[in-house]
Amino acid sequence: MLEETIIAGFGGQGVMSMGQLIAYAGMFEGKAVSWLPSYGPEQRGGTANCAVVVSDEQVGSPLVTYPSTAIVLNNPSFDKFEPLVSPGGLLIINSSLVARVSKRSDIKVIELTATDIANDMGNVRVANMILLGAFIELTRVVSCESVIHSLKKVLSEDKHHLIEVNKQALNKGTSMISVTH
Amino acid sequence: MGKVLMKGNEVIAEAAVQAGCKYFFGYPITPQSELVAYMARRLPEVGGLFLQAESEIAAINMVYGAAGTGVRVMTSSSSPGFSLKQEGISYLVGSELPAVVVNVVRGGPGLGNIQPAQSDYFQVTKGGGHGDYNIPVLAPASLQEIVELTSEAFDIADRYRTPVILMGDGMLGQMMEPVEFGERTESELPEKNWATTGTRGDGQPKIITSLELNAEALETRNEALQNKFARIKENEVRYETYKTDDADYIMVAFGTVARLTMNAINKARQQGLKVGLIRPISLWPFPEKPFLETRDRVKGYISVEMSAGQMVEDVRLAVNGHADVDFYGRTGGVVPTQEEIYQKILTVTGGISV
Amino acid sequence: MTMKTVFKKTNGLTDNPTHYCPGCTHGVIHRLVGEVLEEMDILEDTIGVASVGCSVLSYEYFNCDMTQAAHGRAPAVATGVKRVLPDRFVFTYQGDGDLASIGISEVIHAAARGEKITVIFVNNAIYGMTGGQMAPTTLIGQKTATTPFGRDESIQGSPIKVCEMLATLDGTAYIERVSTHDVPHIQKTKRAIRTAFETQKKGLGFSMIEILSTCPTNWGLDPNESLDWVKENMLPVYPLGVYKNKEGGN
Repeated sequence: MLEETIIAGFGGQGVMSMGQLIAYAGMFEGKAVSWLPSYGPEQRGGTANCAVVVSDEQVGSPLVTYPSTAIVLNNPSFDKFEPLVSPGGLLIINSSLVARVSKRSDIKVIELTATDIANDMGNVRVANMILLGAFIELTRVVSCESVIHSLKKVLSEDKHHLIEVNKQALNKGTSMISVTH
Repeated sequence: MGKVLMKGNEVIAEAAVQAGCKYFFGYPITPQSELVAYMARRLPEVGGLFLQAESEIAAINMVYGAAGTGVRVMTSSSSPGFSLKQEGISYLVGSELPAVVVNVVRGGPGLGNIQPAQSDYFQVTKGGGHGDYNIPVLAPASLQEIVELTSEAFDIADRYRTPVILMGDGMLGQMMEPVEFGERTESELPEKNWATTGTRGDGQPKIITSLELNAEALETRNEALQNKFARIKENEVRYETYKTDDADYIMVAFGTVARLTMNAINKARQQGLKVGLIRPISLWPFPEKPFLETRDRVKGYISVEMSAGQMVEDVRLAVNGHADVDFYGRTGGVVPTQEEIYQKILTVTGGISV
Repeated sequence: MTMKTVFKKTNGLTDNPTHYCPGCTHGVIHRLVGEVLEEMDILEDTIGVASVGCSVLSYEYFNCDMTQAAHGRAPAVATGVKRVLPDRFVFTYQGDGDLASIGISEVIHAAARGEKITVIFVNNAIYGMTGGQMAPTTLIGQKTATTPFGRDESIQGSPIKVCEMLATLDGTAYIERVSTHDVPHIQKTKRAIRTAFETQKKGLGFSMIEILSTCPTNWGLDPNESLDWVKENMLPVYPLGVYKNKEGGN
């Protein structure tokens, strides 16, 4: 198993922590993982992305050019990564914020109005967890339990009270996929 | 202690602390700032000291002062800041003081950018500052290897009374991977009876200096330094080979680029191309042995670097005309993709051989 | 008949003959520092940091552990030493080119951090070792190898007054400017050096003594004329006195 994922969006949407959650979860499950962020001025409000590799064997390249999955949370990220998803791969779109439609027929495209759903749940900031839930359900690269376990690592201690709402959002994401697919 | 997920920059810092480094003098610069911040938080926990200097120049000179007292001390920077440290590094060599200097390389020349690069290869392996000298340079390719090499860097520094450079790039510094900090094996190291700590209880005043106004005396001193460099060359070469036994072509790459290259090699192998890898871990001393062993039976070598072609010069020296030497590089912070490297393999080897 | 010892070289200095020019007051200042270290009985607990310039070889003369610093960097090197060995005495010995030109950043920041070190700053208004070029402390109108028509304020700016500048920093504990142009002032210089090391002993912060000194060779004057030149030309620009005394409340 080799899953090379790129998660991209605006800084502040939680794309970095989504990637870290996958990496932690993979590590807890005994898999080889790497997490590589884009860094620099673009972190400050611009477009940010990270590459996560989860593998049964030692991770060769932490750098991902043609991801097996891309999760995009804004228009520029869609424009940049939609063409790069490797054939047979997966594209998950936060369609609340992305006003583009993929024309590719060689990949699986999932559109989720994650921001709207998160708003309905009362916390717009957990949109990323809804997308992550969907990703897990579709790829099974790590388990939800491992991600929930990882929340304690990624969230600083003063934010541990948010674990519950993140967990709910994650489950929401998984159930949306299992219902529709 | 089990596996933990950390950023490369933080791994360098933690590995240094575990190697007994209690003093760190630094100055912020991207992409190594996490290292400085980690030290600021961590060193007080072990009774050590972190001090943010007013410049890289001041930081390396604080390292010089601290190293002179015999403690393990470190500083870190990235390319533009590393250039500013050259003065102090030359003095550390001349005064024979042990220290570990980290360079998390970014795109250059000048201010360049903050993306990953390996274009400081010449600077770290061919001297960098003024005078006749070399410095051991270790280039880890994974975060787990950082743990091991940071510890070794301090041991080499103490064993030979020399600064040691730990060289990574922005990618290695910023990425996260699981690492495990095992028990360190303590090496037997010479006593630091040269340290200037005040003469109370230990005899005559000691002097730490790189100045020697008498030409013959300085030449004698330089000969001693050269002998030391020869000993380092003898004992401290580190490298790894991957699938070179039956290889027709051997790739040469270090640090993160070696990992990208390995992926390209695996892809080429799937196509029946016999390609292998030599990964120098010590950039100086450069590993000549794996080239001597292979240069009369392979068709050629391809050096892959995040530079315009620097290590390839050492590859050519080691191959010494016995085989072709080719090069593929990207500069300015552009990371070569494994696909590009694979294409280069196809071009050089003449394509699919099955 | 036994001779009575009436004068003895301080144990604070080694037996090495110095390389300083005749009439230069570096030798006097070395001796004063050596005497203070000996009288305070801290020679064995002291690490000195030599700088670059005429006093580059001062590590040959002070009878304590010594480290040679790069040009201007002595306060940074001293910071490294003192931070590792806070219970030891650490001093730098720097000239005006080293401290006020290339090393002005290092001394300002060491002072601002309140490093508990003592800086002996020898100001003779010229670069000595390199052959008499303009220093940051060269006087307006003073001729040097690089100001052959005299220092022109409109071209080279005006002299840096280091004591006045550093005294503005909260990290400084004791700052005094003294002179070596006659015996009473030499005695006063010694008292100032002693106060600076006492300041360090008490852990009050950064201490610096600026000592007006001569350079007969590069000034083109004989030793006596040089002493007069300090008095007549340097004192008006560099007024003597205590610029900062944290303990004394100023």
